[in-house]
Parts: sequence; structure tokens; C-alpha cells
Amino acid sequence: MSGNNKAFLELEFPVAAMDFVRAGRVASQIKRALEQAGMPAGVVRRAAIAAYEAEMNIVIHSHGGVMRARIAPSLVEIEAEDWGPGIPDIELAMQEGYSTAPREILEMGFGAGMGLPNMRKCADRLDIRSEVGKGTQVVVSIFNAEPLEARA
Amino acid sequence: MTLAEVQRILEAEVLCGHEHLGASVEVAFGSDLLSDSLAFARPRSLLLTGLTNPQVIWAAEVIEVTAIVFVRGKRPSRDLVKLAEEKGIPLMVTPKLLFDSCGLLYQAGLRGTLDHERKQ
Repeated sequence: MSGNNKAFLELEFPVAAMDFVRAGRVASQIKRALEQAGMPAGVVRRAAIAAYEAEMNIVIHSHGGVMRARIAPSLVEIEAEDWGPGIPDIELAMQEGYSTAPREILEMGFGAGMGLPNMRKCADRLDIRSEVGKGTQVVVSIFNAEPLEARA
Repeated sequence: MTLAEVQRILEAEVLCGHEHLGASVEVAFGSDLLSDSLAFARPRSLLLTGLTNPQVIWAAEVIEVTAIVFVRGKRPSRDLVKLAEEKGIPLMVTPKLLFDSCGLLYQAGLRGTLDHERKQ
């Protein structure tokens, strides 16, 4: 990030695997931070949805991870990094409806195979890096067309 | 359509947010899948679902839905209601099925999220 894309706020939150009691809180906190930063409603909404899906992916599919949000006047980056099995075939995982979620997850209303596709829809840029047996890193970038006033 | 009208049409019981029944919703979305709700529901919409785990509230906050109707008589836990109260999201429960609930609301003039977007 540089210039108008230089982050004035960076947040980091741990996310525990299979913790469905706390899951969703990180996305909620990121949403609040974006609102407080004065980001336009559309940017907040897209970032919050992407963050929610990313958080759920860590909870459901990994051994735990961390979520980061970087907020700059004209850019929001949501980063999800996890330790876990990784994604063997990213292209397949990006297909709507493709899911590897176990049955008990489906019963909770997840596992529709829409997580990554939803993130792609919300993102202006989506970068996914994954190594089987190690983990996955997803970065969602959302540009703010109405940059915030320059901040110190 | 106001939430009070929604309540009357669906013969629903209000679990929390009585003070918000004057608020109105422009569109509605019904689903038992959270990711589909995230993808297709819209801010200021009514969410109809049979899911009653707390994730519904966190997702609803992200989507910025105005209110949630639990269908098929599904009753959420006390903890979920408490969470919704904290977030200011009114909750109702109707004995009606998802299809019937959507049909009744549609008949009364409420529209779906995609219908609404096409018009704009």
C-alpha cells in the first residue's frame, strides 16, 4: 500500500477453528471499524460480506488462523490466513456450489459452496495462495472510489 | 410494508424488537443457506429463514437486514434473541412454512431482492 493506498488503520484478529459460538464476530468488528473510518456504505458492505465468508472459511476448513484488515483512504484489504489442509484445486473451489464442508456444517446453513464465489463478487481484486498441508492466504481488495480525506 | 403488517400477515409472534414494528422493509429474501443470504439479500430487507443458530444474527448484521422471520415455527435460543436485541434486529416466529410465508408477503406487495434491482 502506498500514497492514497497507505493504510492508516491495521487490525488483526485470531480466528479459532470450529468455534461457532464466536464465529462472525471478527467480520462484525471489521465492519464497525470501516464505518467508524467513514468508508462509504457500499464499501463497508462488500468488505463485511467478504470478511464474514473468509472468517467462516477459517472456522470451517482450517486448524485456525488470523484475519487482518488494512484500511486506507482509497482501499480496503481483508486478509485471511490460515493453517490447515490448504486448497488442492483453487479453480474448483471457486466454482459456485462446490463444497467440501461436512454434514454438520451443512445443517448450520453453511457449506453451500458460495464462500469463495461470494468473496470474488465483493472484491475488486482477489488473491488466493494455498499450499496443501500448510494453509491458505486470501486477500480481498476493495477500492474506494470516493477516497477519504487525507489523514496523517 | 411495515414490520407490523408482516407480523399480521404471517400471524407471527414477535420475539424481540417490538419497538421497531413501525419500521418498513422494501424487499425480502428467504433461504436456509447463509451464503445465499449473504449473496442475495439486501440492506433494509426482511430475511425469512428456518435456521436458528446464532450465525444467522451475525450474517444479518453483515447484510444489514431490517428484521428476521423464523419460519416453520422454529424457535431460536434465548442467547440468539439476546444477541439480536443487542444488535437491534427485530425477530419474529411464524408457524407458516417458508414457501407459504413468502407467497403471502408477495401477494401483499412485498418483492424479492432481484425484482427490486431490475426496477432500478
